[in-house]
Amino acid sequence: MTNTTTNYSLICGLEVHAELKTASKMFCGCKNDPFHAPEPNIYTCPVCLGLPGGLPVANQKAIEWTLKLGLALGCKVNLFSKFDRKHYFYPDLPKGYQISQYDLPFCHDGQLETSFGPVRICRIHLEEDTGKLQHKTVDGQKVTLIDFNRSSVPLIEVVTEPDIISAAQAKEYGKKLRQIMRYLEIADCDMEQGGMRLEANISLTQNQNAVVENDLPSYKVEVKNINSFRFLEQAIEFETQRQALVLLDGQTPAQETRGWDSVHNTTYPQRTKEDAEDYRYFPDPDLPPIRFTESEVERLRVELPELPATLIQRWQTDWGIDPKYTALLIEEKAIAQAFDTLFAAAQKKQIDPNKVANFLANKKITYTLGDSVDTVLAAFGSIADVAALDTTELDPIIEAVLSEFPTETAAYRAGKIPLINFLIGQTMKKLGKKVEVSQVKNRLELKLSRSYHS
Amino acid sequence: MSKSGFTPQLVHHIAQLAQLTLSSTEEVSISQDFVKTIEVVARMSELNTTAVAPTHQVTGLENVWRADKVDEKRMFTQAEALANAAKTAAGFFVVPQVIDQKDI
Amino acid sequence: MLHTLTLKQALDQIKRKEITASEVWADTQSAIENENKALNIYLTLNEKSAAETAMMSDKPLAGLPIAVKDNYATQGLRTTASSTLLDSFVPTYDATVIAKLKAAGGVISGKTNLDAWAHGSSTETSQYGRTLNPLNPDYLPGGSSGGSAAAVAANLCIAALGTETAGSIRQPAAWCGVVGLKPTYGRFSRSGIVAMASSTDSPGPITKTVEDAAIMFNHLAGHDPYDSTTSTQTVPDLTKSLGQEIKGLKIGVMYLDLPEMTELKKFYEPTLKELERLGAEVELTGSLDPHHAISVYTVIQRAEVSSNLGRYDGVRFGHDRSYFGAEAKRRIMLGTYTLSKGHADQYYHQAQKVRTLFQQDYARLFEKYDILITPTSPGFAKKIGSSEGAAMFGELEDMLIEPSSVTGLPGINVPCFRDPETNLFLGLNIMAPMWREDLVIRVADAYERATTWNTWRKND
Repeated sequence: MTNTTTNYSLICGLEVHAELKTASKMFCGCKNDPFHAPEPNIYTCPVCLGLPGGLPVANQKAIEWTLKLGLALGCKVNLFSKFDRKHYFYPDLPKGYQISQYDLPFCHDGQLETSFGPVRICRIHLEEDTGKLQHKTVDGQKVTLIDFNRSSVPLIEVVTEPDIISAAQAKEYGKKLRQIMRYLEIADCDMEQGGMRLEANISLTQNQNAVVENDLPSYKVEVKNINSFRFLEQAIEFETQRQALVLLDGQTPAQETRGWDSVHNTTYPQRTKEDAEDYRYFPDPDLPPIRFTESEVERLRVELPELPATLIQRWQTDWGIDPKYTALLIEEKAIAQAFDTLFAAAQKKQIDPNKVANFLANKKITYTLGDSVDTVLAAFGSIADVAALDTTELDPIIEAVLSEFPTETAAYRAGKIPLINFLIGQTMKKLGKKVEVSQVKNRLELKLSRSYHS
Repeated sequence: MSKSGFTPQLVHHIAQLAQLTLSSTEEVSISQDFVKTIEVVARMSELNTTAVAPTHQVTGLENVWRADKVDEKRMFTQAEALANAAKTAAGFFVVPQVIDQKDI
Repeated sequence: MLHTLTLKQALDQIKRKEITASEVWADTQSAIENENKALNIYLTLNEKSAAETAMMSDKPLAGLPIAVKDNYATQGLRTTASSTLLDSFVPTYDATVIAKLKAAGGVISGKTNLDAWAHGSSTETSQYGRTLNPLNPDYLPGGSSGGSAAAVAANLCIAALGTETAGSIRQPAAWCGVVGLKPTYGRFSRSGIVAMASSTDSPGPITKTVEDAAIMFNHLAGHDPYDSTTSTQTVPDLTKSLGQEIKGLKIGVMYLDLPEMTELKKFYEPTLKELERLGAEVELTGSLDPHHAISVYTVIQRAEVSSNLGRYDGVRFGHDRSYFGAEAKRRIMLGTYTLSKGHADQYYHQAQKVRTLFQQDYARLFEKYDILITPTSPGFAKKIGSSEGAAMFGELEDMLIEPSSVTGLPGINVPCFRDPETNLFLGLNIMAPMWREDLVIRVADAYERATTWNTWRKND
């Protein structure tokens, strides 16, 4: 997207964090259910509470799911990998360091297709979540309350290259990534619960080929605290305008972290970015490294379910379904799977699946998980037998009916509204084919209205 | 590294990273200790390590992990979790309000 | 006087119903009441000892009193790591080794003093005052497990638990004239123990005899699903290595030719002769200069310490970071520095590479020798006050042991000389390849039986 008045192009990369829905936490056996916990601090142990002597033990499933996401996004898998300690102090970080991955993430160099072009995935790594803070006033004192139910929940982080060129593309990327994680059944990505969090790295350039030429701007602004796709779009748009103004003024926007204020629809400065931070990464001595073989990775790849992109292709090939219908119908995997059964049945009954898809997409027929195939196809049939009808065919027939039945026509015009049904019936009879009643009715009413001049 | 390498600014910066508060006497004495320690430690650079990989762990273990199961018996009750905290309220740990609101 | 029995003697007499564990505890408790104040060995006593002892008669350790270094989390019993930051910390959980101790029927007599946070080789940096060497109270007991070693030496327990990061079991054992076994890294679980240097910390027993150490090892070693760095190697029955000959074993002697050892060398010559008399082939050998191990150990340890002490922020337990003492601050600062941007490569990553060099050196040596021995400490116990103001007291004191600690090798200290004037001891450090505690016990036990340095064996 170029701001046409200023010729600045957006350079944007996204970092998405998603909580994995494993039964237990990343480095201990505590229950992983922070959002629904009835009380604070009831799913903790020496490990996730950072007590003396607590030691991490990695959740195998979380690791496998991370690899699966990487494979689903076409990433390469690092066959040798490890966990590193990332050091900083904050009350929600009980050990004073977060166990994360530094230079050997599980996955790297993948890609997600959008309608605006591909977005390259730089890396995918696995780390642990922090506790949750709440700011309150207790007994007149401003305090922060801490709940560690969320501490050490597995968190997957997906980082893109700065390939995103518009707010719309950012949103599409986010939605598609969410959909893939839901299809893999590794994360619910409920943004309101914090199950998926977005951060955007935003800068502007006048070089439209900046990314290809590796001529990136000297600064970038990290925008955090975005918890909906709408806010993501708004934040990107706001930042684009804000940064353009700074640049037009001959200045460079400060390299900083900003938060999104959804009340005022603005970003605001939080703290200066990375240069001041020194995370002092080193390999976590409490966790042995991880080594996969090619065949183990293959085993995981084989377990991948059919993903949206493949589904769209296959429905086109197998059922002749227009991709624009598919995109609307496959938001949820369970429903998409049910539709597959439906389309197979339709095809068997010599019903065009694409038509069925059309009706579903346009909500002419509805489907709820559990509905039987026969019910849905019957509903389809009752509407679909209806022939197409246009006004050049319909109008002369209506004229003929009105002149054949002047008494009823006059009576309707005088106020006897129920007579419309008689006139509809006569029109339908004259038409001689099954048509949509509502279409006939609407046209008749129009023709019969006093204000109508044919 | 000469004494001048360990400037008060450097010592102060390290103390900030480590979240330690040092008195000015401590800053001086630690800065002197640094010098002595670095002198000893620098002998390491005499060795040729170009052909050598680092050893982060001596056990040679790999792929140590656990099944995704909840360990009910190890989980604390809320009371146990809070048992040693200086300040709690309604089941939460309490600290003076943190200014830098980074969180979601 | 039952508190002067060894673990094995007490167990045998209990089995023969000549005594009960409660009687042992009664004598031990008396001794503690008389001597603990002056020696400052125990920081916290277990008020429930008598009651717990009575319940353990059918278990292997029969309810005998075991002193525990105060860096092991003990449920319901204050755990301070000799720091004031943790002066009121009462864990709601047990360290794995403690759970195993209890399952085996050991009863905690109390928590013993250490260098605060295990940072040291003297027990002088404890924020609860130093512990005195029971053999001669003008001298230090060594550290960091000084309290546990002193407890054993003073018969204020039947056996004790310590931890070693680089010398902290073996050196105080040497200075107190007792046995200290540091198992292979990964043999004992570190879960529930205040972490110092995660890649070298090893819990282990401090005991009156080698046999006692073997018994304790059998009950406490083993894989722990709560500690990812523990091995699934089968735990050997170390009592099977007792009473064995050492004929034909090849023993390499390290470090006796160092300039620092000139004065001490003569005290070790009889030891070498004794080993030869027992049939071993004993030979002095060169090795990678242990001074480099000081660098490696100092950097790796302090870096990991600075990281491991990050959790002590006063939010969930304990006091805030202003409670750290001078030594802890020193180590955290240096550790943070060696991990910081622009310095990590030169220090931390370089140290990890030099560690590899030491591993290679030991691999080479163990191709030639079955066992390696060194003096445990470059000298007798030092006078009280010696550690004060010394920037690297601990790391320098432990130079002879650090190479084996950073590489994870098992080792044991046995007393090998006593100075009749000072009553102070020298110790012999016996090392074997990874997982070969059986060899370590075999040689140590043979030496102990053949000589008279062991205070308790004289009763046999």
